[in-house]
Amino acid sequence: MPDAAGCWGPEPGADAVVKAAWDALAGVMDPEIPVLSIVDLGIVRAVSADEDGRLSVALTPTYSGCPATGVIVLEAETALARARLDARVSVVIAPPWTTDWISDSGREKLAEVGIVPPPHSGKRSLTAPDEVIACPRCGSEDTRQISRFGSTACKALHACNACLEPFDVFKCH
Amino acid sequence: MSTDLKEALFAYTLRLGDTSLVLGHRLSEWCGHAPELEEDIALTNVALDLVGHARMLLTYAGELEGKGRDEDRLAYRRDVFDYRNHLLVEQPNRDFGHTIVRQFLHDAWAVELYERLCASKDDTLAGIAAKAVKEVRYHVRHSGDWLVRLGDGTEISHAKVADALGRLWPYTGEMFERDEAEQALVAAGIVPDPAGLKAAWSARVEAVLEEATLDRPADGWMQKGGRRGEHSEHLGYLLAEMQFLPRAYPDATW
Repeated sequence: MPDAAGCWGPEPGADAVVKAAWDALAGVMDPEIPVLSIVDLGIVRAVSADEDGRLSVALTPTYSGCPATGVIVLEAETALARARLDARVSVVIAPPWTTDWISDSGREKLAEVGIVPPPHSGKRSLTAPDEVIACPRCGSEDTRQISRFGSTACKALHACNACLEPFDVFKCH
Repeated sequence: MSTDLKEALFAYTLRLGDTSLVLGHRLSEWCGHAPELEEDIALTNVALDLVGHARMLLTYAGELEGKGRDEDRLAYRRDVFDYRNHLLVEQPNRDFGHTIVRQFLHDAWAVELYERLCASKDDTLAGIAAKAVKEVRYHVRHSGDWLVRLGDGTEISHAKVADALGRLWPYTGEMFERDEAEQALVAAGIVPDPAGLKAAWSARVEAVLEEATLDRPADGWMQKGGRRGEHSEHLGYLLAEMQFLPRAYPDATW
């Protein structure tokens, strides 16, 4: 889980190479939602170094079939190589990714570009009845769902009945 | 794990992987053809999830088999008789209502199955199930909502989904079959008892059918054979399209 400040990063006292790897990964943007880094998105699951300083980085996909996963792995490898770090990137699926892992700063960045961030699953689950979602543009609570599936696997499409603008909602997952 | 159990788990994982792959491919055929843009996106989103599940399952099946076959080798280099998917999912797309009925009958089964598989004593299978269950719960809401909307819709939409339900019902029996190898997996706590799934699936399906003002067809003659590699003619055409590139250009890479 993100730390108390809602951020992901190295454990206190981590090796310098591990910290450097987190810094490099924080510069890799999600290809489909380029305002979020893969660290903000909570898909960097673990960074560790062996005795020789060789790094292992574990990433997890958001959705099983997310077509961006391959690109994300490639970009993470590129960013680590650019930072002159010797790292092996692997993909893990357990435990499964949840939108609870999106950092607080990530949620703010989503809201800034007009994507309604996901509520914490403790407050609302995927299968619970839909709750009121406020329009990210005008703030009206008079909105409707157009489709459960939006422009990417992780979003649904809604529209505002007041200002008539359509908008994306990050699905609680 | 004993060799017998490993072989049984390979067969089980292959069936599940093939079922996800074939249904994912069927849904992808709607790309550019769905009745509205949002549904075009929705059906292909579901297809992506299913192909994602197939990739995880076939990769694991290849590891269990231990003969060096990876997900691509299993997906692209097997012919009809080596596929182990349910006959339900290879049924060709007819109208949108037919696709929704096929999807709902499958989704309702997949949710019940994956929820139970999360508790599998096999860690890899439990991990795949924990990932997949979150997605199939979303799928069944989508297909269930549409089934209600079409069933409890106009005379025409009702007639179309009622017709599809009658056509597809005989393919649902296969989801609850169990052979000797699976019996051993059930006993070892690796997979849930398919017979136990039936009641939960029926309850889920009946609740939605009632809301959709549709009658549950009677359980009569059930088609079977897909799990043993005996398929309808339709699967060959599907594989011909899906496997064209790797067969024409073996071992090609991007």
